[in-house]
Order: sequence, then C-alpha cells, then structure tokens
Amino acid sequence: MAKRIDVSGLTAYYGAHKAIEDISMTVEPRSVTAFIGPSGCGKSTFLRTLNRMHEVTPGGRVEGKVLLDSEDLYGAGVDPVAVRREVGMVFQRPNPFPTMSIFDNVAAGLRLNGNYKKSELADIVEKSLRGANLWNEVKDRLNKPGAGLSGGQQQRLCIARAIAVEPKVLLMDEPCSALDPISTLAIEDLMGKLKEQFTIVIVTHNMQQAARVSDRTAFFNLAGMGQPGRLVELDDTERIFSNPSVQATEDYISGRFG
Amino acid sequence: MDISTHKTHAGAPAPTPQPAATRTTQRKHAARGAARGAARGTTRPGDRIFLGLSRGAGILLLLTMAAIAVFLTYRASLAISQDHGNFLTTFEWNTNQQQPVFGIAVLAFGTVVSSIIAMVVAVPVAVAIALFLTHYAPRRLSGPISYVIDLLAAVPSIVYGLWGALILVPHMNGLFGWLNDYLGWTGVFSWEGGAPRSMLTVGILLAIMILPIITNVSREVFRQVPRMHEEAALALGATRWEVIRMSVLPFGRSGVISASMLGLGRALGETMAVATVLSPSFLIKASLLDPGGGTFAQNIASKFSEATEFGRDALIASGLVLFVITLLVNGAARLIIARRKEYSGANA
Repeated sequence: MAKRIDVSGLTAYYGAHKAIEDISMTVEPRSVTAFIGPSGCGKSTFLRTLNRMHEVTPGGRVEGKVLLDSEDLYGAGVDPVAVRREVGMVFQRPNPFPTMSIFDNVAAGLRLNGNYKKSELADIVEKSLRGANLWNEVKDRLNKPGAGLSGGQQQRLCIARAIAVEPKVLLMDEPCSALDPISTLAIEDLMGKLKEQFTIVIVTHNMQQAARVSDRTAFFNLAGMGQPGRLVELDDTERIFSNPSVQATEDYISGRFG
Repeated sequence: MDISTHKTHAGAPAPTPQPAATRTTQRKHAARGAARGAARGTTRPGDRIFLGLSRGAGILLLLTMAAIAVFLTYRASLAISQDHGNFLTTFEWNTNQQQPVFGIAVLAFGTVVSSIIAMVVAVPVAVAIALFLTHYAPRRLSGPISYVIDLLAAVPSIVYGLWGALILVPHMNGLFGWLNDYLGWTGVFSWEGGAPRSMLTVGILLAIMILPIITNVSREVFRQVPRMHEEAALALGATRWEVIRMSVLPFGRSGVISASMLGLGRALGETMAVATVLSPSFLIKASLLDPGGGTFAQNIASKFSEATEFGRDALIASGLVLFVITLLVNGAARLIIARRKEYSGANA
C-alpha cells in the first residue's frame, strides 16, 4: 500500500520568489523520513509540493518531477484532487472541521470518495480512530463536535481523518509544534505504528523528535538571505545525527549554526 | 518556508503552550490594571464627563424607545377599541364611516408572502454571488463586481419602485404566461390576465433590492473562513465545490442567516417600491400572479396622508403589528443560530 516517492529537479515559486531550488531525493516506503532545517529553508514548501498543496497558495508554482512509484504527480492530465486522495496530510495546527462531529470528521474523506453503507462507514471510522490511538478516548462521544477535544486529541483526530481514506503517503507538517509534551509523545508513538502501513514524511523543528521517530533525515538549508532553500543531505537518521557527511549539517545539529 | 501556513495563523495564539499561558496571565494583569484605572479614572474630570455623556446617551436611547412604544400602543389601543370588525381577521379597511371596520389579515398575509418570495429568490442568488466573488472569481474581476453590488445598495427605493413599475411590470407578462401554462394547475401560479402588479412582481422587486446587503455580508463571512479549514478539506482530496460544502458553508452558516435577516428586515418594511408596483386591494388571493393584496408599509404610505385622526390611529395599530412580526422573525433567527452554537467554529 505504501509507495515510494522519487523527486527530481524540483523547484517551487511563490510568484516571482523562488522558495526552493533543484531538490532531488527518494523517500522510501514504510519508513519515516524527517525534514529538518532552519525556519524559512523551504521544508514545509517542499512537503506541500508532494501532494500538490503548494499550488493552492496564490502564485504557487512548481517545476520538476515528483514520482509516486512510477506515476508523475505533475504529469499532464493528472488531477491534483486525485493526488491528494493518495497523499494525505496533517497540518501544524489541529484543524478538525468545527461544524462536524467526531464521527463525521473521520468519515469526511470517505464520503467524498464514494458511497459506503452505514455499517462499513462505522467500521472504517472505528478502525481509523483505533489506528490513531484515539478510539478509547472518544468511543462514547462520537457524535460530539470534534472541536471540543483537547489539542492533542484533535491532532490525533486529524490523523484518523487522514488515514481513513487509506492514502499511500502521509505528510505531516510540524504535527506536534502546537502540542504539549504528553500529546507529542502520543503522536510520536503513533508514527512508529503508522509506518508499518504508510510512507510517512514529517517536517519538524525539534531535532530530538527527528532523531526519535525517523529512519531517514533530510537537512535543508538556505545558501543565504533571499536565496532559495536547498537540500543539503539526506541519509540514515543515525548517520545524520552522529557523523553527517556535510559540515553544515553538523553545525546545525550541534547548535553551532548561524 | 511556511509562508502560507504562517499567513493563515497570523494573529492566532502562539502554538507552544508556554507563551499561551504567559499570555493569559498578561491578560489578567491587563484586566486588573484596566479595572484599577477605571476606578481611579472616575475622579478625573475628563473621565467623569465622558462617563456622564455615554451613560446619558444610553439612557436617552432607552427613554426614546420607551416613549415611542408607549405612544404607539396608546394610539393603537384607541383605534382597536373602536374597531367594529375583528382587528386580526377582517378583510377590510374602512376607518371613515360611523362604525369603522378594519383588520390586518390582508396586510399580514401580503407582507409575509412578498417577503418570503423575496427571500426565496434573493438568498440563493446572493450566496452564489458571494461564493463566486470569494472562491471562484479572479481578483481583478471580484473587485469591480463587489463595487457594482455596493452601488445597487445605494439606489433609493423610490427609484427601484419607478423602475419596477415602468420596466419590470411590463416585462413580467411573458413569465406570468409561462407560469400559468405550466404551473397554473397548482392555483398558486394561475393568472387571469390582469396587469402583473401582483405579489410575485413585488417579491421579485424586493429580492433585487435586498440582494446587495445579503451578498455583501455573506461575502465578508465567507472571506473569514480560516485557511486551515479549507486546507483540511483540500488535503482530503476535496474539489473546490466540496471544499465549499465541507468548510465554507458550515462556517458561514450563521453569518448567512444573519445576512438574510438584514435583508428580510428591509423586505418586510419596504414601502415606496411596493406602493409603486402593487395594485392593492383588500383581498387575499391564492394566486401570486393576480393583482391585489397589500403590505403593512404600503398600506400606511398610501392611506396616511388622507386619513382622519382616527384613521391614523388605525394605521399606527397596523404598524405595531409589523413591528411585532419583525421581532418574532429576528427571535426565530437567533434561535436557529444559537441551536448549533456548539458547532459554530468560533472556538477553532
């Protein structure tokens, strides 16, 4: 079910501003790949190019190739809506639909994709909430509004919503940065479980988190003020944090940066 | 990086728990400081003057309202006590005879029916325009369109009335004929062929008049839908229409209801345009196409200048009923909005 991502020569713009330049990398299936780097280096922008969310920003534009297994996401005739059904996303701030119940939030993507019987829907919702380690906390109040949960629960609800449609890839844009340490731990545990099934890409500012949860780590950096962000290196997480091959990576990780 | 997401969260509380906590305490301090300031401020002349002025303005408003209410109720009760018909059910308005007979049944019916027609026509169109302006139209198109809609709101109602009488009415013949041919069997759309100065024409004219206010308010509401709600839907693979259905409309629901109530308020009370277009009579007709009927405001406007003292009291009584209807409608709207407060999205 999980798919490999192959990016080659990807450049993304906001209007005339070049945000990231010439990024090429491979993201392995059934693993967690972490993107780290200083603010403004383009890692979130790059993440959003992987499910064609970058182009919904006014002026957003992409050049290059992103292959999901062998299918080019930016190929002619590819519908971005279909891409986003294959590549799910979890955002920095929990964003459950405020007008929907917990159940409807999880079922939202399924209802977009097709007709399910009530019983099927209930099964998938339960499976997804269990998958997001949330079932036990909410099983008695599935018809209560999702916005009434705590921040950490809301974020797990968003993860349940994203995995309910069984995407091939799950993108997470700083999913813990709005959460307290206990909720963060819950989500990190969850990632270890989810990677058995999905290809996971996570953007994080927290290097301990990257070291804890990821199998591979990519370091992004800016060449200088006003320059586009670039990929510095991508390697096994262990190697990046112990013996990176580029000096800039080591400087950043050890805090000797800028 | 994060250009788009950061834009979305501008002004939102900082994501980490700690600064949020600090902020709460800061707010508490600020509140305490303000309370202290207010307590101390009453001793300063500037603050005392301002306090007196604003308190006086508030009290004056209440007094004025009370005086109007007492005056209207008094005058109305004078008239109603002399009514030889039933004030609520009589289909007649004769205040000049020895034994005056008048009732508001026809006016209430006409007012409600013409306003309902106006709402049925205007709300979907206004919501569609607002969605187009906020989610479909390119920016250089949505600016001029918004401007034109604002202009529509500035046209005086007598101009709408003249336009309705001179241009809309003659052009309604075709529509009326068509409705009579295909829907005449329902009775509601049957047409005896009279001049199309009927409730349907009035309703359509009112719809055009209330369109701008509903469109403008809905547009502002749709514009405030948080980007993160729309992105949530987009990331699930929603099309543009599905984003609107899942995020924009639920978020904007209470705002659209409020907008509609503003429009309805204008439709219920509209005077000149109705008086110019409608050919009134004190009859309730099943058909919306046959001329006749009347509304509160139209009836007052056309009878007031020639009415006796007693006739004016009777008209004032009918005005009070319109006031009550407006209050009821607003109350109902508030109930609808409050019922789903839990899901309002205001806490997100």
